[in-house]
Amino acid sequence: MDLSIPNPVRSIFEGEQRDDSVIVNIGPSHPATHGTVQIIAELDGERVRRTDVHCGYLHRGFEKECEDHTWHNLIPYVDRLNYVSALINDFAYCDGVEQLMGVQITPRCRYLRTLLSEYSRVVDHLTCIAAGLMEMGAMTAFLYLVMIRDYMYEHLAALTGARVTHSYGRIGGLARDLPAGWLTRLEEILTQYEDFVARVHALVDRNRIFIDRLRNVGVISTGDALHWGYTGPILRSTGVPRDLRKDTPYLAYAELDFEVPVGINGDNYDRYYVRMREMDESVHMMRQLAGMLPEGPINVDDRRCTFPDKTLVYSEIETLINHFKLVMDGPRVPAGEVYCAHEAPNGELGFYLVSTGGGTPYKVHVRSPSFVHMGGAHRMLDGGQLADIVPTFGSINMIGGECDR
Amino acid sequence: MEFMAVSASPYDTDRFGAALPRFSPRQADLLMVVGTVTHKQAPILLKVYEQMCEPKWVMAFGVCATSGGFYQNYATVLGIDKIIPVDVYVPGCPPRPEMVIDGIMQLQDKIARSSHPILTRSF
Amino acid sequence: MAAPIFDTLRQQLVPAAGVAAVSHGVLVFTLAPAELMPTVQRLKSEFAFDLFLDVTAIDWLGQTPRFEIVHHFYSTVHKVRARLKTRVPDADTSLDSLLPLYGSAAFMERECHDMYGIVFRGNADLRPILLYEGFVGHPLRKDYPKQQEQPLVPYRT
Repeated sequence: MDLSIPNPVRSIFEGEQRDDSVIVNIGPSHPATHGTVQIIAELDGERVRRTDVHCGYLHRGFEKECEDHTWHNLIPYVDRLNYVSALINDFAYCDGVEQLMGVQITPRCRYLRTLLSEYSRVVDHLTCIAAGLMEMGAMTAFLYLVMIRDYMYEHLAALTGARVTHSYGRIGGLARDLPAGWLTRLEEILTQYEDFVARVHALVDRNRIFIDRLRNVGVISTGDALHWGYTGPILRSTGVPRDLRKDTPYLAYAELDFEVPVGINGDNYDRYYVRMREMDESVHMMRQLAGMLPEGPINVDDRRCTFPDKTLVYSEIETLINHFKLVMDGPRVPAGEVYCAHEAPNGELGFYLVSTGGGTPYKVHVRSPSFVHMGGAHRMLDGGQLADIVPTFGSINMIGGECDR
Repeated sequence: MEFMAVSASPYDTDRFGAALPRFSPRQADLLMVVGTVTHKQAPILLKVYEQMCEPKWVMAFGVCATSGGFYQNYATVLGIDKIIPVDVYVPGCPPRPEMVIDGIMQLQDKIARSSHPILTRSF
Repeated sequence: MAAPIFDTLRQQLVPAAGVAAVSHGVLVFTLAPAELMPTVQRLKSEFAFDLFLDVTAIDWLGQTPRFEIVHHFYSTVHKVRARLKTRVPDADTSLDSLLPLYGSAAFMERECHDMYGIVFRGNADLRPILLYEGFVGHPLRKDYPKQQEQPLVPYRT
């Protein structure tokens, strides 16, 4: 057996020699770290003195891949960033390209994208909370939430063709319109969601063990949160109602009635509760949107980005050439750059796109919230107990695909 | 993602003998490699594989583990069989839970048909 | 549709901070590397740009100076974004680190160093974060071939 397996990281503890502390390696192949993240912790008994967080184990070269593909072809790559809420990634990226091209999406597309963004948000929060609860041993709550999540996956598969990584957004619109009966089924799922989530609340909210494990654990103050770049539910759990959907509204959010839940202490319990309340607000928004969807086309009628009708492609030469150019060269995006940010379930998801006027991007950069949050994770982990690393880490909701890109 | 879905209700691999994971490689029989394995992760994968005791089997879960998927660049290992031997490949990005259950059942058939040096030795 | 704060920023920060323009709702400053730290300090202390969003680089292979470093900031008070762009040459890819001002700069500058080779003065910890120890080169540079792998574990035959 070859014993010389190289170590891909160097920890900050390497040069230090203290005999009153133990250095423990947690991860990256570890059941409680969701995704491949390594935390090297210096322990004093059970208390964590310092942590050194290493990510990058799922770095798949997204940005380099993007430079080789056309603006359309890289939508599946974008999907697989935050693979739990794939639709939001799609829409944020498509929004960026549409801004660069000067394309206005149709009203139906705008409302539908908002509805699906909120749907993705619910799925993401369900996953985060379910995984967090399972880590602490609450299997029943995990099974309830995963059951509802599964209904949602099957429902989204009926619309997009895939359970998880949908690749549904297109530049200038969406891949296809809603199938018949989709909105009816949506209402059924939302009713079941309320039932299941009420059960989870009953099981967990006032549970002595749950409160003891999460209250005043992993506390972060607002000043620290901003200093370390936190956005999203983590920032809101510290008491600051900052939400891009309210502050700089995009898509159809300006027309919706919803609240932004905030926490009190900035601890794990607050993050759990902010996510639960955000899901309720998302469901409320989805119900409003299901009633507001206007009729009309899904894709904007713009030859620069929308694929033409197949019957015309087979009969007219100009449409054939248009289709050919769109497939082979990609949509021509004028030279320029844009930073487009949406409120992802984890925080501010930004796409910085640089174009030099061709069909392939010059640079696609993702400002991923998980990566930035990992940079400040040690603020929440240091000083706590070893057993607190698990729920705190779960409440940060680091998604490997987004963090490491 | 889909691993979590396939091991929970309604798909539930526990019915097929693949219960919730034993968290230590030393007690495990099956290693399911889920998702893309990068060059940074490769040493860890090799270490975990070598920590498992015989008899052991490996399932490549997803097309990234099978062949690198559509990530053909500097960072990914183009298929984990470049590093460790694989017994069953479940393609898909991600594979549907039914495919994973099918993969587990095919692996069970394969084990039943094969003669493993430890399992079939008469003690 | 530029926010009123943009006009204030233009008056106060230009010409010391270089040229300013509004691009898709974001105020963009193009400035010299030496002006980066003073401008960011003013943005943070006087104009409440309290959230440091992102730092990345663009490799303009063939142009000099070769690398364009782009910083993004957000103000939770004014609810606007600002972008700062500066250029460094290939021969000396060093730039001031924003770590003294923003903690989030730690990881983001490590990534920028990993991918492009930009050295941030003042950030003592530039260990590889997305790549691994022993990786030679900077993959997002345009002259790094996409498929050039550097395996850590030898392949099975």
